[in-house]
Amino acid sequence: MNDESERTRIKTERYEAGVIPYKKMGYWDADYSIKESDVLCLFRITPQPGVDPIEAAAAVAGESSTATWTVVWTDLLTACDVYRAKAYFVEEVPNNAEEFFAFIAYECDLFEEGSIANLTASIIGNVFGFKAVKALRLEDMRLPYAYLKTFLGPAAGVIVERERIDVFGRPLLGATVKPKLGLSGKNYGRVVYEGLKGGLDFLKDDENINSQAFMRWRERFLYVMEGINKAAAKTGAVKGSYLNVTAATMEEMYERAEFAREIGSIIVMIDLVIGYTAIQSICYWGRKNDMIVHLHRAGHSTYTRQKTHGINFRVICKWMRMSGVDHIHAGTVVGKLEGDPNAVKGFYDTLLLPSLSEDRNLGLFFDMDWASLRKCLPVASGGIHCGQMHQLTHLLGEDVVLQFGGGTIGHPDGIQAGATANRVALESMVLAKNEGRDYLAQGPDILKEAAKTCRPLQTALDLWKAITFDYASTDTLDFEATPTSSAS
Amino acid sequence: MARVTQGCFSLLPDLTDEQITAQVKYSIASGYALSIEYTDDPHPRNCYWEMWGLPLFDVPDAATIMYELSECRKAHPGVYIKMSGFNNARGIESTSISFMVQRPAFEPGFYLVRQEGKGRNIIYTIQSYAVQSAGEGARY
Repeated sequence: MNDESERTRIKTERYEAGVIPYKKMGYWDADYSIKESDVLCLFRITPQPGVDPIEAAAAVAGESSTATWTVVWTDLLTACDVYRAKAYFVEEVPNNAEEFFAFIAYECDLFEEGSIANLTASIIGNVFGFKAVKALRLEDMRLPYAYLKTFLGPAAGVIVERERIDVFGRPLLGATVKPKLGLSGKNYGRVVYEGLKGGLDFLKDDENINSQAFMRWRERFLYVMEGINKAAAKTGAVKGSYLNVTAATMEEMYERAEFAREIGSIIVMIDLVIGYTAIQSICYWGRKNDMIVHLHRAGHSTYTRQKTHGINFRVICKWMRMSGVDHIHAGTVVGKLEGDPNAVKGFYDTLLLPSLSEDRNLGLFFDMDWASLRKCLPVASGGIHCGQMHQLTHLLGEDVVLQFGGGTIGHPDGIQAGATANRVALESMVLAKNEGRDYLAQGPDILKEAAKTCRPLQTALDLWKAITFDYASTDTLDFEATPTSSAS
Repeated sequence: MARVTQGCFSLLPDLTDEQITAQVKYSIASGYALSIEYTDDPHPRNCYWEMWGLPLFDVPDAATIMYELSECRKAHPGVYIKMSGFNNARGIESTSISFMVQRPAFEPGFYLVRQEGKGRNIIYTIQSYAVQSAGEGARY
C-alpha cells in the first residue's frame, strides 16, 4: 500500500472500512416517518440465539435493499440514505419468545415499474438464506398507490368475467376433470360435456395436465371444445373449460394459448410454478386476446404453509392480483387442503376488496388502497362436496368459483348427476340466504328440502354426508381471540 | 325439450311469485335497481334482452316491482323474462343478481352447427330452433 492511498482512507465512524452492525449502517430508524409512496413489508423474524431482534431486523432491511456484509465506500457515490431500506418497528410475536415482527420501509424507486420479478428479487432475494436469522417469513406487504398504478391487474377479474359468462348473484361452479392423468382426449372431453350439461359453468384441467404421452395438448383442446359447445347448445348458457397452457418454454405456452383462442375457448390456465415473469406475460397476452387467465397455485405450499419461514399466501395473492391473473386458487377452509378460516378470509379480502384495512384478526397488517386494480376471483378447490354448501356460502361468500372435482365426478349416478346435485345445492342455498333464512344453522334442512325435487342431490347427500377434513391448521394467525376451526 | 339454464336459480323449480318477491326485497335492501327484461331469443350470447322500461331506480317497495313484472307478463306471455339487479357501488358498477321469472311452456332449445375447418378444427355455431322457425314475436 503506498502512502497516497493510505492518506485518503476514510476515517468517519460510518464509512471507515470494516464491519459494523447493520443498525449502525442506517438500516434501523425508529423515528422514520413513513412516506405514502414507500413499499412496506412485515417480516416474521426468528433471530439466531443471541442476535438482538433490532439488529436482525436491520440486517433483513439491509440485505433486502442496498447492503452487503461490510462497509463499502462506493455508497458515498449515491444518495444512499434514500435507497437504504429502514426497519422502523419491531414487536414480539404474541405467545412466542423466539419470533419478532419487523416492519421495514423501502423507497419506491428501488423497484422497477410493473415488474413482480424485480420487486421480489429485492424483497425475497438473498435475504431468506441470511445466516443471522434462523428463519424468516414475509407476512404482508403494503404496496403504495403509485407503484400499483404501474401494474395493469386483472383484465377481466370478477366483474367483467361475470358479464362475459352472464352469471350474477351466485358463486360460479366448476369441477376438475378426474382422474387427473391418463384419460385420452376423447374420454376427457366426455367428462367436460357431462359436467357442463349437468349445470356447471366451468370444467378445468388439473395443474399437471400439460401434454403427456397419454394425451397430447391439441387432442385435449379439440375434444374439450366439442364438449363445451355441445353443452352450451344443450343448456343455452355460456360454458367454459380452463385449458392449461403450462409448458416448458414461453414459445410453447404462446403456441398453446393461441390455439385455445383460435378454437374459441374463453379461458386459459397456467400454474404458479411457471414463475412470475411467465405469469405476467400470459396475463398481457390474455388482455390482448380477450381471454380469462386462471392461475393454479401449484407449488405454493412448499413456501407458504410453515409459519416460521417462507412467504404468507396473502402476499402471493397481492403479487398475483398485480400480475393480472383473473382467477387464483385461494382455499376452501372445509376441504382437504390447508386453510385457517380467518386466514382464508384475509386472502379472499385481499383478492376482492377495492381497499384493505388493517385487521390482524384476518392477518391483514396494513391499510392498502388497490388503486382500482380489478378484483381477482378466488377459486375454492380440493375435497369439497355439496353437503357443505351452507358452510361454503358462509365462509367464502358469493364471489368465488366453487370447484367440486371428486364431488362431481364421483357421483354414483354419473358426472351429469353430480353436476346437477352441486348446482341445485348451490342455488337453493343462495335462494335461502337472500330470503333472510339462517342458512348456516338450517343448511342441512335446506339441502334436504331441495333434494325432494332433485334426486341426484339426495343421492350425493346420502353418500358424502359424513365426510369432513377437520385437522388443525399449520399456518394459523397470531392475533385470534379464540382458535378457529373449520367445523361449524 | 331443453331447459335454458341461464340466471342464478334456473336449476330449481320455477320460482313462485312469493319466492320472486323475497328476492326482490333482498335486492332492494342490497341497494340494487331492479330491471325487467324479456326476449324470445335467449341465445347464450344475446346479452341485450328488451327492457321493460328503465331499471326501477329508487323504488323502495317490492309490490311496485311485482306490479311491473305482472304487466310485462301480460304484454309478453310465454317468452323469457328475467329480473336483474344493477349495483352502482364503486368497484362493482354491474349486475349483482339475475334470474328468470318466466319461461315458455315448451322450450325447443338450441342445436349445434359444425362447420368443418382446417384439419380437425371445427367452427361451432349455436342456433335456436325457435328463432329459426318464426319471426320475432311469433316464436313461442
